[in-house]
Amino acid sequence: MSNCKEVEIICTKIQYREATITEKIRIRVHLLICHTCRTFSKKNHKLSLLCKDAHFRTLPLADKEKMKKNLGSMN
Amino acid sequence: MAKQTLHPDTWVDNYSDYLFNYAVTRVNDTEIAKDLVQETFFAGLKSADNFKGDAAERTWLISILKRKVIDHYRKINSRKAKSMIRITQNRNTDTDGDFLEQQVADPISLLENSEIENRELGMAIYECIGKLPKKQALAFTLKTINGLSTEEVCKELNINPSNLWVIIHRARTVLMDCLNTNWFKT
Repeated sequence: MSNCKEVEIICTKIQYREATITEKIRIRVHLLICHTCRTFSKKNHKLSLLCKDAHFRTLPLADKEKMKKNLGSMN
Repeated sequence: MAKQTLHPDTWVDNYSDYLFNYAVTRVNDTEIAKDLVQETFFAGLKSADNFKGDAAERTWLISILKRKVIDHYRKINSRKAKSMIRITQNRNTDTDGDFLEQQVADPISLLENSEIENRELGMAIYECIGKLPKKQALAFTLKTINGLSTEEVCKELNINPSNLWVIIHRARTVLMDCLNTNWFKT
């Protein structure tokens, strides 16, 4: 019997496509019987979609380092 | 409200992505946006004495950046020819675009709206990330936004994979709630 806490973490792994086969089977079985986890899984998936839609842009780490250096030299 | 203080050492880590997103959606050029963010940090340092502590650090930095973006547009407009209205008439096609009315954006189309909505969504998510504890925020950004692999993130944060998953899981739970209240219900 898998408890909900573990299943939620597997659910998060699935969002990054990093769950193993056994984990996937476990979560399938659990979602059949657990309503709370089904809702959670749906919300989790939605968050992934939102993050994809947002088209994030981040500064490359190298640029950040450069900025830090520039700021440091001003201080 | 407690008085806020400035911590310039943490600016780059905490706010550069947020400011960069803000800038890049307004000037549509990564290089210019990068320069604007850098200038914002410089200006912030220079006028740190004027910081009264009424606003949060990030709000204060954003207000500087806002001025920088406006200045940027002012500069490129004065450099360009003085005429502000430029009508490009498309002469390649026979009928389309002969009338100015035909060049106006299609009011029924939802494409432009979703573009704007996505920009705002990005900012909303960043605001929610800003509320997370430091470690969770870092783990989530590295994994989701920068798309690093699990091993790389683990090395970066010096933790083991199962720890990482718990951290990311907590971050996502908070984010879901935060977005639920800030994004879907406003």
